[in-house]
Amino acid sequence: MPQDYAFTGLFLIVGVVFVVFVFFLAKLARPKNPNPEKLRNYECGEVPFGSAWVQYNVRYYIYALIFVIFDVEVVFLFPWAVVYKSLGFFAFVEMMIFLAVLIFGLVYVWTKGALKWVR
Amino acid sequence: MFELERLFKAVYIWLEGISNSLGIPHFWFDLFTMLLIAVIVLAVMSVGAMFLVWWERKISAHFQQRFGPMRTGWHGWLQLPIDGIKLITKEDTTPALADKLPFLIAPIVIFVASFLAFVCLPFGRGLIVRDLNIGILYILAVTTFTVISILMAGWASNNKYSLLGGFRSAAQIISYEVPLTLSVLGVVILTQSLSMVKIVSSQQHIWNWNIWKQPLGFLIYLTAAVAEVNRTPFDIPEAEQELVAGYNIEYSGMKWAMFFFAEYTNLILVCGVATTLFLGGWNGPLLPSWIWFLGKTLFLIWVVMWFRWTFPRVRVDQLMGFGWKFLLPLAFLNLILTGLFA
Repeated sequence: MPQDYAFTGLFLIVGVVFVVFVFFLAKLARPKNPNPEKLRNYECGEVPFGSAWVQYNVRYYIYALIFVIFDVEVVFLFPWAVVYKSLGFFAFVEMMIFLAVLIFGLVYVWTKGALKWVR
Repeated sequence: MFELERLFKAVYIWLEGISNSLGIPHFWFDLFTMLLIAVIVLAVMSVGAMFLVWWERKISAHFQQRFGPMRTGWHGWLQLPIDGIKLITKEDTTPALADKLPFLIAPIVIFVASFLAFVCLPFGRGLIVRDLNIGILYILAVTTFTVISILMAGWASNNKYSLLGGFRSAAQIISYEVPLTLSVLGVVILTQSLSMVKIVSSQQHIWNWNIWKQPLGFLIYLTAAVAEVNRTPFDIPEAEQELVAGYNIEYSGMKWAMFFFAEYTNLILVCGVATTLFLGGWNGPLLPSWIWFLGKTLFLIWVVMWFRWTFPRVRVDQLMGFGWKFLLPLAFLNLILTGLFA
């Protein structure tokens, strides 16, 4: 079984080497004459105003948080789905309880207004 | 019937004969064939992505009653190599205020993420690099690295537009990841396996295709997949009219090309996975298996390109609302119904 993943490792190496090689090739072929104007950040032709590394909308954190909860619970569903037919009705009921908890979470988040984009 | 599998086997046996006569240790021979396979996949992927760039331009043009590129080569097919040469000779600028290391790594990560997923995409009968027993879960896991790369690119550029684009893109991809995974689970329940080859071989005839058993799942998958690859109507991360291309705004030359490239390889990937999961993969009468896979995948890609010229772009609140309040409950419903009737 571990040798199955040899390909994954090899593809990782080949992918990285390929991209680095292409970058190197481009480095040989391309011109390089930077100047301060050229290396300035693009802001529709204006002189950039302050840094972009500022605080941003808190909504993104909330969505990321909800995502982590849901995605982790979806991972639990995979082993259940693979052996579903051999487990019978009991497994179905059990997973429905699990899903009910998940969906209850969604309803809770929804009613709390966390899914609303505008504040 | 001409199956590519036979060609590859013949080449393998021929190479094995040569290596045995030269007395090369088996380990090095294995490593060499694996490298060869990786290079072949890389070539197929590159040609596919380049073809899609041309195809998209032609399709967009014909949807608007134009011709698209016509001057370079027959119907403009030479546009691709010429664009490649242009990109490689383009000056590559890194903004002075950028975070240099993530700025460099981001295009590598996005490329490698889509390249890794090709390890278990079945292109035809026997034409799969390695049939991992966790196939579909592996593909879902590996492609998620795209989010990290986009966030890296958006943050490292130190540009307000790219930061906004990066965050929007990350929020969108993770929001549609959950319905996507749930719609895949429906197929897993029916097939009782995560292996891509087993999923395909469970859909031998056209009436066995999972699309008939999982019509809702297919629609959810397709919608979520279009959102995953940031295409219209879900292309607000790149919205060229307001964000001037989003997370890749500060990139130029080959670094930019990698993002562009990955966008199209990801398109091939999601459509290839949709073909495998719902449209019977390589199965089909008369023609060789790889032509069936290619045909179905190209058809799905064409549908996705058709979307681009049919639907208007959604707003960011509509996008998140649609994902969480409509698609996610629908995906749960689909899973429960599949569980009941499987």
